[in-house]
Amino acid sequence: EFKDAEDEEFWERVEEILITSDVGVPTTAKLVAELEQEALERNITSGRVLRELMIEHAVRILDKPVELDISHKPTVLLMVGVNGTGKTTNIGKLVSFLPGKTMLAAGDTFRAAAIEQLQSWGERTGAAVVARERGADSAAVAHDAVEAAKAEGADVLLIDTAGRLHTKMNLMAELDKVKRVIERQLPGAPHEVLLTVDATTGQNGLRQAKLFHEVAGVTGIILTKLDGTAKGGIALAIANEVGVPIKMISVGEQIGDLHPFEAREFAQALFGDL
Amino acid sequence: MFDTLSDRLGKALEGVRGSGNLTEDQVKKVTREIRLALLEADVNYAVVKEFVGNVRERATGSEVSKALSPGQQIVKIVNEELANLMGGTSSKLSFASRPPTVVMLAGLNGHGKTTTAGKLALFARKQGKTPYLVACDTYRPAAIEQLQQIGRELGVPVYAEGTEPSPEEIAERGVKAARDGGYDFVIVDTAGRQVVDQNLMDEIKRVRGAVRPHSVLLVLDVVTGQNAVEIAEVFKEYVDYDGMVLTKLDGDARGGAALSVVSVTERPIKFASEGEKMSEFDYFYPDRMAGRILGM
Ligand SMILES: Nc1nc2c(ncn2[C@@H]2O[C@H](COP(=O)(O)OP(=O)(O)OP(=O)(O)O)[C@@H](O)[C@H]2O)c(=O)[nH]1
Ligand SMILES: Nc1nc2c(ncn2[C@@H]2O[C@H](COP(=O)(O)OP(=O)(O)OP(=O)(O)O)[C@@H](O)[C@H]2O)c(=O)[nH]1
Ligand SMILES: [K+]
Ligand SMILES: [Mg+2]
Ligand SMILES: [Mg+2]
Repeated sequence: EFKDAEDEEFWERVEEILITSDVGVPTTAKLVAELEQEALERNITSGRVLRELMIEHAVRILDKPVELDISHKPTVLLMVGVNGTGKTTNIGKLVSFLPGKTMLAAGDTFRAAAIEQLQSWGERTGAAVVARERGADSAAVAHDAVEAAKAEGADVLLIDTAGRLHTKMNLMAELDKVKRVIERQLPGAPHEVLLTVDATTGQNGLRQAKLFHEVAGVTGIILTKLDGTAKGGIALAIANEVGVPIKMISVGEQIGDLHPFEAREFAQALFGDL
Repeated sequence: MFDTLSDRLGKALEGVRGSGNLTEDQVKKVTREIRLALLEADVNYAVVKEFVGNVRERATGSEVSKALSPGQQIVKIVNEELANLMGGTSSKLSFASRPPTVVMLAGLNGHGKTTTAGKLALFARKQGKTPYLVACDTYRPAAIEQLQQIGRELGVPVYAEGTEPSPEEIAERGVKAARDGGYDFVIVDTAGRQVVDQNLMDEIKRVRGAVRPHSVLLVLDVVTGQNAVEIAEVFKEYVDYDGMVLTKLDGDARGGAALSVVSVTERPIKFASEGEKMSEFDYFYPDRMAGRILGM
């Protein structure tokens, strides 16, 4: 229970909750400082009121429009992220999440059976999959796919890419090339560049978001594997320190496990233990 | 983005020279910096608390030597304490006295199990073994094809029965097929799972029971944050692994998770995976990790 703004033990508990949720030191320090200030100014002595206030502050950082821009024809969405974070799976899920006729592009030509994995999602959802053989140029697949989407009147084209660590210059350059090829085929595209971030990720998530954003102009984040034990506090750090909005959450491996991000719900879960 | 701990300690101890004990105030400043550095490196909150306590104790009593600046001296203490936590030496691949040696992999979704299966097969072959892979992920689309493609590239046979039978049935028959075929090193790949998924955790326990592995390895992504400890503890409870594989070390994550899980579970990290290529795999060297975590 909260006594007053001088209540060291309480602030320590707040800090512990944020740090152990992977919010990280800078964003935690900012939040705690803001709250301490406000508690002092408004002479707050109720734990309940303060908890509400904390949620408000977190929501202020997180609350951005989450709708995907699908107003184009075709709308092109590019999925990017480090290895194993959930790109392919969530492309599969997006097919049924988004309205209209959807096409998929097997842009991961590198990882073993990445193409087959996407094709299997295509079969499951009824979306056509544009693919070349393994080892083919990923930008060439993107090129084919944009052409096919235009020719066949698809509403949405979802382009998968290989997982890559943000530290690998050559792979990041390849991503840049994929993006430029898409742009050339269809000015204004890709209309959404989504970055998958695994909710169990610690502070490295900030580096991931920063560098992918620099190279690919990320328009939103899909926070994945939130069905696990992690609260995904790194998303709060990313929103605060990199400024990229969280747009969706993924809570499982099945088609229905993709949802729009709800800032308030997320913040409430973050402070659930307080 | 990160300052190295040495820089930070240097700053915290600016102006402190020569001999004599550090003052209480100086120790306080120093432990604050250490605490921040460890938290930024994703070392578990509770582990940090204990660690910082140990360092404080040693730093308070210690003479500042003439040879080292106070900053260097603290860095030395921190390094020694970290090395202690990480465990001293790196372990070697061990084999069952009665072949085949069966190694089972377990871990969260996407942390690198299937890739590690291939890497471990190659690693074992380089040590004169005849590896054999068993595909027990019946959930993830094309998980079996993934292992088959990896096996084909390496020239290592892959046992698969599709997705209909249960993982434990496939595992059991796969190990038998390896034995019948005269293979002496069997690697069982399993599906990724979250530790809160009771069904899947019970299932992997059954897979373990069905194959009675010589070794169980927990595959853990080095970027894992504060949750690493809980994840490692729950997997330990269900599959009682004897070691871990730390993956994606080719990135720039500090890897505090490694320190946390080793200190809490008392299971060593045995292997380091550092790339997508099958050859990018080696024993884990704990001493290298301490420097990485602290950015030194
Ligand atoms: N529990 C859980 N698993 C997920 C979620 N999203 C994806 N996965 C699983 O995470 C693993 C990796 O997912 P993928 O979609 O293959 O990830 P990726 O980013 O495409 O991986 P690469 O292409 O290899 O970089 C698979 O086992 C997925 O089923 C989620 O929200 N919850
Ligand atoms: N850069 C890098 N990528 C890795 C490493 N180990 C695995 N990967 C990549 O990480 C992604 C996931 O690897 P998988 O082996 O499919 O992971 P998994 O644990 O089997 O995944 P699930 O079966 O879906 O749970 C793939 O893109 C791999 O190429 C590594 O050490 N470094
Ligand atoms: K659709
Ligand atoms: Mg993929
Ligand atoms: Mg796998």
